[in-house]
Amino acid sequence: MRRSQKFDKPQNRKGTLIQLGGYLMRYKWRLFAAIALTIGSNLLALVGPLLSGYAIDAIELGTGQVNFGQVFYYAGWMVVFYIGSAGLTYVLEVLMIRVSRQVTYAMRRDVFNKLLDLPVGYFDVHQTGDVISRITYDIDTVNSSISSDLIQVSSAVITVLGSFLMMLAISPQLVLIFAFTVPASILMSRYLVKKTRPLFSRRSQKLGALNGFVEEMVSGQKTLKIYDQEEHTIGKFNIKNKEAVDAYYNAEYYGSMIFPTINFINNVSLACISVFGALLYLAGAMSIGQISSFVLYSRKFSGPINEMANIMNDLQSSLAAAERVFALLNELSEAKDTDKMSDLSNVKGDIVLENVRFSYDANQVIIKNLSLKAEAGKLIAIVGPTGAGKTTIINLLMRFYDTAAGNIYVDGNEVQELTRDSLRKSFAMVLQDTWIFHGTIYENLTYGKENATMTEVVQAAKAARIHSFIEHLPHGYDTILSDEGTNISKGQKQLLTIARAMLLDAKMLILDEATSNVDTRTEKKIQEAMRQLMKDKTCFVIAHRLSTIQNADLILVVDQGDVVEQGTHEELMENRGRYWRMYQAQFE
Amino acid sequence: MKRIITAYLKPYYGRMGLGVFFKFTGSIMDLIIPSILAYIIDQVIPLNERLPIFYWGSVMVVCAIIGMVFNIIANRMAARVASDATEVIRHDLFARVMYFSNHQMDTLTKPSVISRLTSDTYIIHQMIIRIQRLGVRAPIMLVGGIIVTMILDPVLATVLIGIMPVMAVLITQVSRKSMPLFAGLQQAFDGFVRVVREDINGIRVIKALSKTDYEKSRFDAINTKVVNQEKKARMTVAVISPALNICLNLGLVGVVVVGAYGVNNGTSEVGIILAFMTYFTIILHAVVAISKLFEMWPKATASADRIVQALDSVDALAVVEVAKPEETVEKGAFIEFQNVTFSYNKEEPNLTNISFALAKGETLGIIGETGAGKTTLLNLLVRLYDPDQGTIRIAGRDIRSMDPRELHQKFGVAFQNDMIFEATIEENIDLGRNLPKAAIAAAIDSAGARGFVAEKLAKTEEQLTIKGANLSGGQKQRILIARALAARPEILVLDDASSALDYQTDAAFRKAIKENFDETTIVIVTQRVSSIRHADHILVLENGAVIGYGKHKHLMKSCEVYREISYSQMGVS
Repeated sequence: MRRSQKFDKPQNRKGTLIQLGGYLMRYKWRLFAAIALTIGSNLLALVGPLLSGYAIDAIELGTGQVNFGQVFYYAGWMVVFYIGSAGLTYVLEVLMIRVSRQVTYAMRRDVFNKLLDLPVGYFDVHQTGDVISRITYDIDTVNSSISSDLIQVSSAVITVLGSFLMMLAISPQLVLIFAFTVPASILMSRYLVKKTRPLFSRRSQKLGALNGFVEEMVSGQKTLKIYDQEEHTIGKFNIKNKEAVDAYYNAEYYGSMIFPTINFINNVSLACISVFGALLYLAGAMSIGQISSFVLYSRKFSGPINEMANIMNDLQSSLAAAERVFALLNELSEAKDTDKMSDLSNVKGDIVLENVRFSYDANQVIIKNLSLKAEAGKLIAIVGPTGAGKTTIINLLMRFYDTAAGNIYVDGNEVQELTRDSLRKSFAMVLQDTWIFHGTIYENLTYGKENATMTEVVQAAKAARIHSFIEHLPHGYDTILSDEGTNISKGQKQLLTIARAMLLDAKMLILDEATSNVDTRTEKKIQEAMRQLMKDKTCFVIAHRLSTIQNADLILVVDQGDVVEQGTHEELMENRGRYWRMYQAQFE
Repeated sequence: MKRIITAYLKPYYGRMGLGVFFKFTGSIMDLIIPSILAYIIDQVIPLNERLPIFYWGSVMVVCAIIGMVFNIIANRMAARVASDATEVIRHDLFARVMYFSNHQMDTLTKPSVISRLTSDTYIIHQMIIRIQRLGVRAPIMLVGGIIVTMILDPVLATVLIGIMPVMAVLITQVSRKSMPLFAGLQQAFDGFVRVVREDINGIRVIKALSKTDYEKSRFDAINTKVVNQEKKARMTVAVISPALNICLNLGLVGVVVVGAYGVNNGTSEVGIILAFMTYFTIILHAVVAISKLFEMWPKATASADRIVQALDSVDALAVVEVAKPEETVEKGAFIEFQNVTFSYNKEEPNLTNISFALAKGETLGIIGETGAGKTTLLNLLVRLYDPDQGTIRIAGRDIRSMDPRELHQKFGVAFQNDMIFEATIEENIDLGRNLPKAAIAAAIDSAGARGFVAEKLAKTEEQLTIKGANLSGGQKQRILIARALAARPEILVLDDASSALDYQTDAAFRKAIKENFDETTIVIVTQRVSSIRHADHILVLENGAVIGYGKHKHLMKSCEVYREISYSQMGVS
């Protein structure tokens, strides 16, 4: 399957990082400010242990000899530094929340815009659930790690460097201990990170696959229920579910080693410091206050290294997520309109197809060699057995797909040299698959023409025989519709989309089984409106009900991607060929 | 949240307990280490001997080893428990959703059900891991830290205990404030997902109308809203960490000052102050970890509530005990509707007082205007909803008293725009019923799908894409019809299932049905008179009521609407 091939693609870590960096660079000044704040707050915090060491030395003098002046002096400064540090931390957090939200916002926007720019075929092979999982879960993962990890990394660097220098100043001999423990923790982290990286990307994939499955099965739940497939589907779900939680566990399995291991190395270094510190004290080379400061610094020093492990963990999963996001962003968009392309304007509606050839995949040619001529204002009907490529012709006219060979001309312009927007805008379209979005009926009707007046809307709704239904709803035109809702039937949805098309003033019209869900009586009632709709327009009509197309100027009978017959209803009936047989079948 | 913990984590209490033991012991080791340091400074150093120093140093190392091993074990157990529990939660939820009645699905809506199954269970998964990791370790470190410090020096420990209430108040106040913010965020997020899903589904229309810019701005509005909500919520909780830091560090200063008095009075020792400082850092980390849990809590609670709500959603269509199989009104009726009335929203009726009876092997055609209630009638027949009034019987039994499985097995159904799954043609027809290959092949023939299936490269093994995107409308319908026929059901229900077929294919299909499915009782909803003109009974619906019932000829005479429909389709030319 296409999707699984995608998962196996070698991971492009560098490219992902560069792209991610691109997002961050937009906020570089704020990020610099954040780093500056981090340095500030950490430096302030670093002074703490030094001061407490001095204070302890003042205490160490022993019973009755404590120098309280010194103790209070240093304690006072500790208060100042700690409060200052906390204040800076707060400002920093606020700043980072803002930046990371902005990055989230930008990424989501980019992904969404990309979705709208992708060729429509993308959605035929990608489960909606998986796409949604990228725009939500994956982007969230990336950004929660940006907001915390970036600070943590810079804070870690400062703290590590700072405490290292402090320790060096207190006792260079003791610092030698870290010459062993630090490389040990780094090696350990690296080893584990290497192990976990593929596991984390697997975890993201499996979750995406599970989401896709759930989306599909919940959508088809009614059908599954009728066929008693609940158990069977649950069984399939169990496998996907197990894979997802196991992938999660496997990633955690190694991930969970990181923290305790590094904590261990730190504890060992604490033990070494205690032993050697004590020895140094005995040798008179160190005071207790110094040991105290050193221990505190060593804690500070190893703290970030501890966290480094967690951060690595986070970064792993966010890199895997980022990869999925960028994989989507790097999909090929519909070819961009170039400057060379011109806008289609003052449309007359002359359409010519010349030796058009097309296939969705190389194995199966849908349209072999199609030529036809539709003069402005004429009604062209396309009939033929199902699967003959009728809808494909529409896809090509609208440039949802481009031809493999041959040309399509509108008003003498080759369509590939026209901007898509202007081309598509010159068509009005009513499809078999109706699309209603969550919004009021009014919003749904004016979808193609926002500036329509209420009078126009009502007029269109009346013509489409849907007005009285709308009027009977509790909120009339302000009734909220949703694609999932039961408050409206399939046929009513289709009438709404017809009304929507009536509001457009395009010169070309496509009706792809536009009334297939509308009963014939209503269809007859709206016939006058349909005629009105088709008036002065070049119309392409795909219909099974032959009664609807008898007055067409040209009827094309297509089969297997070729036009096998063409002519008017009368001509074709006289021919006693394909069309005639189809027509007779109505009465059998 | 409580339900999730009590019901779903209960089976793992044993393992979690063991995990807690490992975590506990491991954490205690981490706690002991600084005490040993204090002991070395205060007790061992004054001995002025090297050997005991090395001895205590190696004790520290041993503790460190135990700490590491136990913590790894505990973490893994936690991850396993979380994965196992999540698996069960997800399974239960999915199983429940699969058995949802249509009414339940309508109430919760599909997108919301999907997000409960996906993102909400994911959040719970993470929460269970964190509860076990931080939720165990942090309190141990906190309480353990306090106890150890109490033992070391009760006076100094009061400083520490003194600041605890302050921190507690701080954390609870902030999380109380942030709770509704996170709930609001989740709601905004649902809207966000809906826009994305809607636009994916409507991509063709959006492009055709060149509305991409409009959609981008619509998305921008919801995107901005979500981001702002999130910002507000996070800003609120951002106060916690610095505030806790101030509390603890001020406590640290307090320890130094109070400790100074203690040393001066001879009641305390320097090594202890030193150990105190280490414990302070440990406790600080514990408190920060706990506050992180509090940050997650509102989000997790919201998710848990949504999951539980779906789990608890009551099935209105339970099998009811009907006192005794009542006598059917019409003798020999196989399918019978008796005064059936139904409304989706329980306000305006969608079907009013429908009655009819079919004998075995008969065909019923239902015709009527868009929105007349045709599909609703079928929904009641296959019991996707229960009628508000009246009774539906099959073979003399009230369908409400039948096991849904038994009921469904009688049916082969093709709904209007039914679902094609991302699977092979054969799998789509079989739909998990393990039908014999011959039955599937026969169904393909009867549905008139033989031709195009044979043209596919892999024949019946051909992989169909999502929602059957690589098939034309008519091909999809024939697959769906084949699905309905494949198990040779007693009752065949076709809801406008041949609307995308051309007349020739449709006629051939009707012929095949007549020849091969003579015994089958058929209910067809259609808009084509030609599809039902030979039916044994035809029911004409308008606004949910029967306005004509009988055979074609009879209706042509008696029912004006039927006549009109008929003429509109055939009378021309």
